[in-house]
Amino acid sequence: MASTAVTANQAPKLNYLNNGHSLKSWLLTTDHKRIAILYLISVTTFFFLGGFFAMLIRLELLTPQGDLMQADTYNKVFTMHGMIMVFFFLIPVVPAVLGNFLVPLMIGAKDLAFPRINLLSWYLYVVGGLLISHVMLTGGVDTGWTFYSPFSTEYTNTKIVEAGLAAFVAGFSSIFTGLNFIVTIHRMRAPGLTWNRLPLFIWANYATSIIMILGTPVVAITIILVAVERLFHLGIFDPRLGGDPLLFQHLFWFYSHPAVYIMILPSMGVISELITCFSRKRVFGYNFIALSSIAIAVIGFLVWAHHMFVAGISLYAAMIFSFLTFFVGVPSAVKVFNWTATLYKGSITYATPMLYAFGFMGLFTIGGLTGLFLATLGIDVHVTDTYFVVAHFHYVMVGGVLMGYLGGMHFWWPKISGRMYPEGWAKLSALLVFVGFNLTFFPQFILGYVGMPRRYWQYPPEFQVLNVLSTAGSSVLAMGYLLPMIYFLWSLKYGPIAEANPWHAAGLEWKTTSPPPTFNFDETPVVTWEAYNYDEIPDKELEAPVVR
Amino acid sequence: MSGQVDALYIYLLLVAGIMTALIFISVTVLAIKYRRVAGREATQIEGSTILEIGWSIIPFFVMLTFFIWGAVIYFKERTPPADSTEVYVVAKQWMWKIEHMEGQREINELHVPVGQNVKLIMTSQDVIHSFFVPAFRIKQDVLPGRYTTLWFKATVPGRYHLFCAEYCGTMHSGMGGDIVVMEPQDYAQWMAGGATAPLQETGKELFAQLGCATCHRFDVQGRGPNLTAIYNKPVLLEDGRTVIADENYVRESILNPTAKIVSGFKPVMPTFQGIVTDEQLNALVAYVKSLAQPTPGSAGLQNQPAASPDQPQNMQVQ
Amino acid sequence: MEHEAHNPALLHHFSDAQQQKNAASLGMWLFLVTEIMFFGGMFCAYLVYRVAHFNSFAAASQQLSIGMGAFNTAVLIVSSVTVVLAVKAAEAGKRKLLVGYLVVTVLLGMTFLVVKGFEYREKFERHHVPGPTFKFTDTFDDNGKQIPVNPKEAELFFSLYFAMTGMHALHMIIGCGLFSVLAIFAWKGHYSPGYFTPIENAGLYWHLVDIIWIYLFPLLYLISRHS
Repeated sequence: MASTAVTANQAPKLNYLNNGHSLKSWLLTTDHKRIAILYLISVTTFFFLGGFFAMLIRLELLTPQGDLMQADTYNKVFTMHGMIMVFFFLIPVVPAVLGNFLVPLMIGAKDLAFPRINLLSWYLYVVGGLLISHVMLTGGVDTGWTFYSPFSTEYTNTKIVEAGLAAFVAGFSSIFTGLNFIVTIHRMRAPGLTWNRLPLFIWANYATSIIMILGTPVVAITIILVAVERLFHLGIFDPRLGGDPLLFQHLFWFYSHPAVYIMILPSMGVISELITCFSRKRVFGYNFIALSSIAIAVIGFLVWAHHMFVAGISLYAAMIFSFLTFFVGVPSAVKVFNWTATLYKGSITYATPMLYAFGFMGLFTIGGLTGLFLATLGIDVHVTDTYFVVAHFHYVMVGGVLMGYLGGMHFWWPKISGRMYPEGWAKLSALLVFVGFNLTFFPQFILGYVGMPRRYWQYPPEFQVLNVLSTAGSSVLAMGYLLPMIYFLWSLKYGPIAEANPWHAAGLEWKTTSPPPTFNFDETPVVTWEAYNYDEIPDKELEAPVVR
Repeated sequence: MSGQVDALYIYLLLVAGIMTALIFISVTVLAIKYRRVAGREATQIEGSTILEIGWSIIPFFVMLTFFIWGAVIYFKERTPPADSTEVYVVAKQWMWKIEHMEGQREINELHVPVGQNVKLIMTSQDVIHSFFVPAFRIKQDVLPGRYTTLWFKATVPGRYHLFCAEYCGTMHSGMGGDIVVMEPQDYAQWMAGGATAPLQETGKELFAQLGCATCHRFDVQGRGPNLTAIYNKPVLLEDGRTVIADENYVRESILNPTAKIVSGFKPVMPTFQGIVTDEQLNALVAYVKSLAQPTPGSAGLQNQPAASPDQPQNMQVQ
Repeated sequence: MEHEAHNPALLHHFSDAQQQKNAASLGMWLFLVTEIMFFGGMFCAYLVYRVAHFNSFAAASQQLSIGMGAFNTAVLIVSSVTVVLAVKAAEAGKRKLLVGYLVVTVLLGMTFLVVKGFEYREKFERHHVPGPTFKFTDTFDDNGKQIPVNPKEAELFFSLYFAMTGMHALHMIIGCGLFSVLAIFAWKGHYSPGYFTPIENAGLYWHLVDIIWIYLFPLLYLISRHS
């Protein structure tokens, strides 16, 4: 870098991080960036908690017998793993951490539309988190994260109502975040920033927010009905009292299927940002990618009963839902094709975020394709409720959502913290995650097809080899996740100081300092250019973007 | 049928494998071929509507083949052949209770003859379970409060794993067993070993014991419909609907009689919820099904509304 | 940035008052959408069971007090009118009138809740509260024909009745609280023709709660009622 730019490379005097050091200034902040950091801390905590339970599961499954813990304990362990990962990690992670931080920056706004509601969202998350932690410490729940009736309403004596309350409260955190994003994106875009100039990360979060506000209330009321049935023995879902257990499943999956799109869409938005920056190209088919996010959000509400093909629904209902499920696969496939086409004639570099993007494309492709297996009725009958499904959703959730999140964290870390992470260690971690992930979850496809059901504490000996492979892989995967924890923290003190736009990326967030000042921009930007205008951004060195 | 499922699976594997390889190879090749070199800038390409439409429509049509093949298999899987041997299954935490029509009872094992269509009529005593036989590539959830069915035809003798595939509590993973497929002669021998009465005989006894025969008479028109030959026939109800009298209908009529009143009859039948167990219900259902052929004594009698007003009921309840 | 003449209610992250108003409005509409989805789940459950157990539901519905229900419906409709008038008063800058209409709205809301309380008490006395004390021996009066019903299904009706009207009543209580606070703020002069967004948005909330009742009343109270 030329020496005249030296002063621009120093950490800015006053930014959102050092604008007030007291605990109160953090806990009562309304700055979306600080709230994103608060979320980062709490979400990461729950990730490692959920990961701890995953480790226990894999350890138990090393041997066919149930010998590490009792059956009831194991049932609680996988339930807590699922509940924590779904409600306290996967649903909030990208919107509440990256979305909260970036949405106002990317649209040139000073903050989200409702900063105090944003803070309230975080507190609701924390309250939900405390409730679920209390449940964990006082015995846990053992229904599986899907808490089907009548087991959850009449037959378990664990703390369903409290766990349900935890999810309920966390759900409102989600609803308020979605509400905030929609209003912000509609009303607070900088002058000149029309809808078709928006970064695709914004489109992705917008589509996600639609799902959040439409779907989450339904699971909220389902939880209330379960609690009410449990407390007052009402019979809404109990056949002996005139109820229908299948009604529970319909109400539950009406949210929980769109919920998985809440999880994946923001990550897909991240990938669009990464691929464009590290190919130095405008994305191929911007309109199609933007609209595919909306299409996934809408069609995603029409496919829920594909979780119920063997549950006892009618033959014809099953056929309709199978058909619709294939529809929802098309926009996802289109995105993958468009990202691949973006690479064509690009100028590609292999910084860590790009490695995560590559990993995402491979793993999400496998995960998405195996979703088609499950949409196919004749196959689903055989593999549903087996490890095939477990492998499928881990491919899309971990191979998809988590890879996108980690890629995004690495990409925006300089903006968030003002520091660069160590590239060598980061590349190693990305490799460990990719390899470890495949070692862990690919064998599970096979396990499922040969017949191992899910949620099994013990299993017939012939399934052991694949289980051992899976557990071995998980140890590699765990290393891949621990390393970023360590080096990101390390970088806060020892990492090289980052400049405003170390990746020479397009996007309004890169036009302010790293880290940004509390009100984001000294002057509201006026946008006159299209998204991803990489033809106008000089292509400087990207591998080692930082200098002092 | 399992062969067809495997064939479909292999087809999907091939297509998915090709797709995966295409993406992996494309990404790798493009990432290397277009890596950053000094002097070459990226070429901005807006997009191509033709390509977009192409790679939306073509995959969709490929997916349609998955859908159609899968739906055909599913349709066959959910349509038991008419000549199936029926076996009743009652699931409970944490075991499978099997009742053959001939009266044999098994726990966690199901003996069947090879080459014979077998239809399982299943219900749960408590929570939702799922009857899963990986070797046959079939699975069906078993629900409390109603019957669900599953059918298969075993083609090779042997022992095959039976698993519960819907999480049901502490010993969900211990709720397993075997399907024992035997040569016909071995099966006949095994059958002969059981000493209990055939299921419909048990049902017939219960029918008399519980007083059903008081109203559901076969000789003259009673206060309830004549149950001869009603199974699987359409029934006109009081509210104008017509339903088919299948297993679920018969079961529901015993447990919740006022739900579907036959046209022309008064809602006087008491409920037997809590009075009969699931096994007894199965026996009664089997008995009603066995009445599919009218007995000689009641030939020609049609169901007519009761001519006389309600009479005092003297039921014998066990 | 002009700091001189803006309304103290303008928050700093908005560029102008119009943007803030539009944002608040859109936010409230989105929140109402979530409320519709929330109640929608219960309406869905009710729909499924009413089709499956029509006779029992009709019998149970006939035991509800149509008089109290109709009276409450009228009360809520009038309260929506007072809300509209409150918004107009705010727009016209008539502080006392605004406070008056807000207070009347709260009183009407409380009237609704009191009548509901009487209804619930009647249910309690007649053993129609689901649970161990539940007893139901009535029949479905179908134009004179008495059709017996399964008491378990009737209990299911009352479960849904209490869940739905209870959730609605909870929203009414919140609404009364909200409007009370607004009345206090209005009295203190927080609102002017240039800024009365909270009144408008709270009004939207009240209207939605009213509309939900307008659906609840016929669905729950008016199954198969003949003159």
